Amino acid sequence: MSLWGILAINSFAFGGLLFLLSAGFSLIFGLMRVPNLTHGSMFMLGGYVGASLYQTWHLPFWLAALGAAAAMAAFGGLIERLLLRRLSGSILAQVLVTLGISFIVADFCLLVWTGDPISVTTPKSLAGGVRAFGLFFTFYRMAIILVACVVAALLWALLDKTRLGAMIRAGVDDPQMARVVGIRVSRLFTTVFCLGAALAGFGGIMGAPVLTVYPGLDTDMLPLALLIVILGGAGSLLGSLIGSFLIGFLYNFGQAMFPELAYFVLFLPMVLVLALRPQGLFGRSAS
Amino acid sequence: MTAIRVALLAALAALIAVPWWVPGDYYVSVASQILIYAIFALGVDVLIGYAGLVSLGHAGLFGLASYTVAAALAGGSGQFGAILLALAVALAGTAVFAALSLRATGIGFIMITLALGQIMWGLAYRWVDLTNGDNGINVASRPMPFGLDLEVATNFYFAVLVVFLLALLAAWIFVHSPFGASLAGTRDQPRRMTALGFHVWLIRFFACMFSGLLTAVAGILFVYYTKFISPPSLQLTSSAEVVLMVISGGSGTLLGPVVGAALVVIVKNVASAYIERWNMLLGAIFVAIVLFMPEGLVPGAPRIWRAVLRWLRANPAAAKGAAE
Amino acid sequence: MSKLNRRKFLAGTAAIAGASAFPMPSIAQAKGIKIGLLCDKTGPLAEGGFQMEQGVTLYLKSKGMSLAGHKVTLVVADTGSNPAVTKTKAQELVEREKVNIVLGPLAAFEMFAVSDYIVQMKMPTLCLAGADDLTQRHPNPFLTRASATSSQAEHVMGDYAAKVMGLKKVACIDSDFAFGYEQQGGFQQVFEANGGTVVKKIWAPLGAPDFTPFIAQIQGCDGVSQGFAGAAPVKFMKQYADAGLKLPVCGGETAGDDALLPRFGDEAIGLVNACPYTIDLKNDANDKFKAGMMKEYQAIPGFYAASMYVTVQVVESALRALHGDLSKPEQIVKALRAVKLKDTARGPLSFDDKGNAVGNMYVRKIVKDGGKLTNVTQKTYENVSQFWPLDEAKYLAQPAYTRDYPPVKS
Repeated sequence: MSLWGILAINSFAFGGLLFLLSAGFSLIFGLMRVPNLTHGSMFMLGGYVGASLYQTWHLPFWLAALGAAAAMAAFGGLIERLLLRRLSGSILAQVLVTLGISFIVADFCLLVWTGDPISVTTPKSLAGGVRAFGLFFTFYRMAIILVACVVAALLWALLDKTRLGAMIRAGVDDPQMARVVGIRVSRLFTTVFCLGAALAGFGGIMGAPVLTVYPGLDTDMLPLALLIVILGGAGSLLGSLIGSFLIGFLYNFGQAMFPELAYFVLFLPMVLVLALRPQGLFGRSAS
Repeated sequence: MTAIRVALLAALAALIAVPWWVPGDYYVSVASQILIYAIFALGVDVLIGYAGLVSLGHAGLFGLASYTVAAALAGGSGQFGAILLALAVALAGTAVFAALSLRATGIGFIMITLALGQIMWGLAYRWVDLTNGDNGINVASRPMPFGLDLEVATNFYFAVLVVFLLALLAAWIFVHSPFGASLAGTRDQPRRMTALGFHVWLIRFFACMFSGLLTAVAGILFVYYTKFISPPSLQLTSSAEVVLMVISGGSGTLLGPVVGAALVVIVKNVASAYIERWNMLLGAIFVAIVLFMPEGLVPGAPRIWRAVLRWLRANPAAAKGAAE
Repeated sequence: MSKLNRRKFLAGTAAIAGASAFPMPSIAQAKGIKIGLLCDKTGPLAEGGFQMEQGVTLYLKSKGMSLAGHKVTLVVADTGSNPAVTKTKAQELVEREKVNIVLGPLAAFEMFAVSDYIVQMKMPTLCLAGADDLTQRHPNPFLTRASATSSQAEHVMGDYAAKVMGLKKVACIDSDFAFGYEQQGGFQQVFEANGGTVVKKIWAPLGAPDFTPFIAQIQGCDGVSQGFAGAAPVKFMKQYADAGLKLPVCGGETAGDDALLPRFGDEAIGLVNACPYTIDLKNDANDKFKAGMMKEYQAIPGFYAASMYVTVQVVESALRALHGDLSKPEQIVKALRAVKLKDTARGPLSFDDKGNAVGNMYVRKIVKDGGKLTNVTQKTYENVSQFWPLDEAKYLAQPAYTRDYPPVKS
């Protein structure tokens, strides 16, 4: 039974990590309708930057994580203001520019951090684990679950309870009317893009003690982010959360129970869900 | 004769004369590769530019055609039989692909095609009896149509050129036909088209089939070109690459995909010999295209050219100074 | 350079040499040669490719860019970890650059893309890629391999695991592709021949970010065998420790690579691994090699750099035996395979009749020494060929290692 126990815990932990990855993408796509294909690269770059802050410059882990988030927010802001802003509405150009930037980021990381993987030691305060019920629970993975929930709660509070959140929701539902009412939609979009990028970068360094940081992390993670956002429905925070845990479970249990179908365990269900319900599990019906 | 017609004829002449003006067989091979990817990109552009459907899984169909040829040949089939079988299998695959993907439009379509492409990639790895897994399948020899030995780079190039020109012609006819017009209608105004009595789903389905045909042709040529097929050719990055070719060249045009294919193939295969950071270069080129010609190189170049001419006319002194 | 220019260049050089008033030693009149290197400079295997280039360049530099009297021009081509691009780059090296010898590629899936081509073009090639069958059941007559087959080191690992570590039941876990199958197949074969049992073979798909669901399946055994490569070994050991597992782990040639050790954390201490190269081999060649790597690149070398360094040494030896006659590719291959060296960075080296290296395999253990992780050799197996411990005929009579062979006896 310990196999299922480990898988269950890891499903939540991996799901938590996936939420940090996908929440940003969901925000950006749901609210701005921009498919930010640079998202995987931001996750990876956040991991590299955070790892350097933590291991080379010896900042405390949480400070390094916030630093990575801030760095990615700045990077995201630059991309949005200089490049994406003038492309609103043209999805193809957005795809081209975000993929182009992801090429540049991937090569840049190779140049700066070389091709070797970066192993990030688990912060001392969370090192080790506890044995219970014949299983081994690492503190760090439990911390990830906690952090993901906290971030989810904060995001929900932001969207539901603050003025900024109300403006974001208004800007999504009807950008024209929002402008008429005086909401600075373009500035709002920059803020949202920065927030999404920050979440991705934060996710990257949070995930680093588990996944390490290595060239190719961006292409490993991006399809997962897309999967979750589509499955959960773009722009729905709840959908992102549930989708993340769903994919976490599917990934862990699916790989263990169907080793012959390892490559299909994620994409086959996705095809089925989308074929039956094209707007995802929680999304609104496409017009 | 308009300037455009002259330019097109010159380009055609240049293409035909390639073996004489490029410095060696290696470059003739690169030219063949450009044309093969151009056909692939044309196929994908039919969907992206003319149907308004972005597919991130076309490498799966491309690979399906390649694998069918390689597996058939390895199984003892003749060249002609292998090609026919590949076309049939790829078209059948496209039909399934389309039936599933057209359940959604927009981002849903992108995601289903991505997932289907990944499934094809997984099958290539795991169905080892058929595909030989990641060791791939080698193709022993190229066909010899009318006794012409296609192992010679120049001969192969001409064969590819003929197929390319036919594909271009087919695409031109497709796009300018009444069907093409209705396809554009479904891209721009799907609801009105339905109201007018057009069967939007069926129109899109046939567009997918035509796209699949071009993709299959490209896949068949590709496996004869490299004489090898293995799972990495069906990766997500391969699907993304051809989409980038279409967008950077200019979607919704016929020459855009050709120019985009040339751009990516040249940077990847030729520039990479001189520049270690060629990935960054490619990314930077894409960003530059978006900044200056977001509609793509082919539609954007004449616009830039006209702007340059206008500037020169407005500043004759500067033009003179530059000439001296 | 177009054909015309190169001919002109060579003619010009010869003319200058001939016109020189001073008597030239015959060595200076030898033709220059071009060596092409196929390696991954971009993509997930970029670090390995980078180290390959370092190994090659270091040896050439140490000999003043001249081998056996031939001036060497090195042309490096980036395969991008993509088989189709590898094929194009091979064409570039052979048809455009007109190299005499090709080194590389790194990965088996790249090697298969160019295998037929190098036979067609009769290009002597010395690859790093393990791809067992290319020197076994479907031998490539133009290929020589100075590194090892994928399973070569793992045969030794299986022996050591059974006889020295005393393991009885092992779970094998590796990446779900040919390199993984061949490694674990090799381990299983020898381990089971010495009384052990492989209870499970777990395959992690390529691109899996988290190995935990696979690690969780490791049960009912007293040891683990893994053969991860690229960035995965570091990730695996971390996630293995996180799962609370403390069973001894045996690794293949890439799992405990010396050059990768700085990237591991303390969880790697105790990892036993078998490799054709080891950092603590005490001989002149290895001392020179390590010193050179530290001086030129400030790097600790591993299997990739060492294999290519030795490969160029093999090329040099063959060129000497050929006395400058590079006209017949078959003769070049024959000379390469006839090379027998005593003092290389990896110890003694020779080749079997299929062109694969015969040499020492070192079983090492990772320890912490002076705050740094390093490999310490536990046992040296000498004269190990790709068929060890069987003889060639017996080995080739059995099926090739695949995902399902040898089968797990349930």
